[in-house]
Amino acid sequence: MKDFNYHSAKDIKEASKLSSSNSAFLAGGMTTIPSMKLGLASYKDLINIKNIKKLSGIKVSAKSVTIGAITKHVEVANSKEVKKAIPSLANLAEGIGDPQVRNRGTIGGSVANNDPSADYPSACIALNATIHTNDRKIEASKFFKGMFETALKKGELIEAIEFQIPEKSSYQKHPNPASRYAVVGVYVAKHKKDVNVAVTGAKPCVYNDKDLSKALSNSFSSSSIQNMELDSSDMNSDIHASAEYRASLVVTQAKKAVDAC
Amino acid sequence: MKRGSMRKVTLEINGKKIEKEVQDNTLLSTLLREHLNLTGTHIGCDTSQCGACVVHVNGNSLKSCTALATDIDGSKITTIEGLATNGKMHPMQEAFKKLHGLQCGFCTPGMVMSAVDLLQKNKKPSDTEIRDWLEGNICRCTGYQNIVAAVKEAATKM
Repeated sequence: MKDFNYHSAKDIKEASKLSSSNSAFLAGGMTTIPSMKLGLASYKDLINIKNIKKLSGIKVSAKSVTIGAITKHVEVANSKEVKKAIPSLANLAEGIGDPQVRNRGTIGGSVANNDPSADYPSACIALNATIHTNDRKIEASKFFKGMFETALKKGELIEAIEFQIPEKSSYQKHPNPASRYAVVGVYVAKHKKDVNVAVTGAKPCVYNDKDLSKALSNSFSSSSIQNMELDSSDMNSDIHASAEYRASLVVTQAKKAVDAC
Repeated sequence: MKRGSMRKVTLEINGKKIEKEVQDNTLLSTLLREHLNLTGTHIGCDTSQCGACVVHVNGNSLKSCTALATDIDGSKITTIEGLATNGKMHPMQEAFKKLHGLQCGFCTPGMVMSAVDLLQKNKKPSDTEIRDWLEGNICRCTGYQNIVAAVKEAATKM
């Protein structure tokens, strides 16, 4: 791993001040450190944000669940409040990576990284999340821009993620058996007015499948999407699954999610 | 400032307080193996997948090849060397030995450390819960049958 300077910020202001065009914020480091070890990323400065108390914790109100950026997956998975308000979200956290990753990895890190196969971005889309940064509030639908790309500007720090509590929801993942990343993961959330069907793993970036959402908004039952065939032309194709298989998996996982709601 | 400056970290490792100068990019696994000669912690894949390098940091299991030593300054660490007490093996080690929960032994330190963490959190895990928990530990020899049996046996002793 190439040399860098390590800093530990006491508060958000200091973290922001230390950041530059050649720095990264370090929370759990579950992607940052392996990427640096493999030479896929290098930074002049790494800024530890784990000691900033304001970035941690879970708050639940009547309408939303707000989770601090450095809250670990294990904390979300075990949170009684999250389990009660949005059980599917706790369930999603429980299925990320392995226990060691969940003991260290954070929600803010996962969202900021926007891996095409990560779990949390689908929760953000399905649950109409708002990403709170040190500068502004960004709607999830405008946050995830492309593969590993988000609306975050250089030095902009995620403080918390606010999820809208749905009427019903479920996340169904077809995991890669080795890494537990989603080959395809589908997060279905039924809100008062409409249904979101957020899909991860299938395309270069998480997205809300408009056709599935529309069909389920009209009739919330798995039979209403039973025979749907999705366009696979812009889906990922690799050694794990072909684009056609992924297209089929999206419908299968969506049906499972609706049935589990 | 020159990149990668030296920094002093203070850690409690297996009950002993240790101060060491490390570089900013020194991994915890490197500190343990190369600076402190605690070579029971193994490096398998070095990409945080195989789990041979699992140690406990403040009571929770963690892959030491994916943590910076500087980043866990002030923590309490337990490695495989710290499990035995007064020369007597930990019940998990005892169970792995008795039930042949290993063949080549390379993955064993990480397996044992992960399994001990599981029993701290779930005193009577089912077979499925054991297999789920050990998904971050890869063994190329045993087919996991005896590993699962060993964890179950240890659960009756801990």
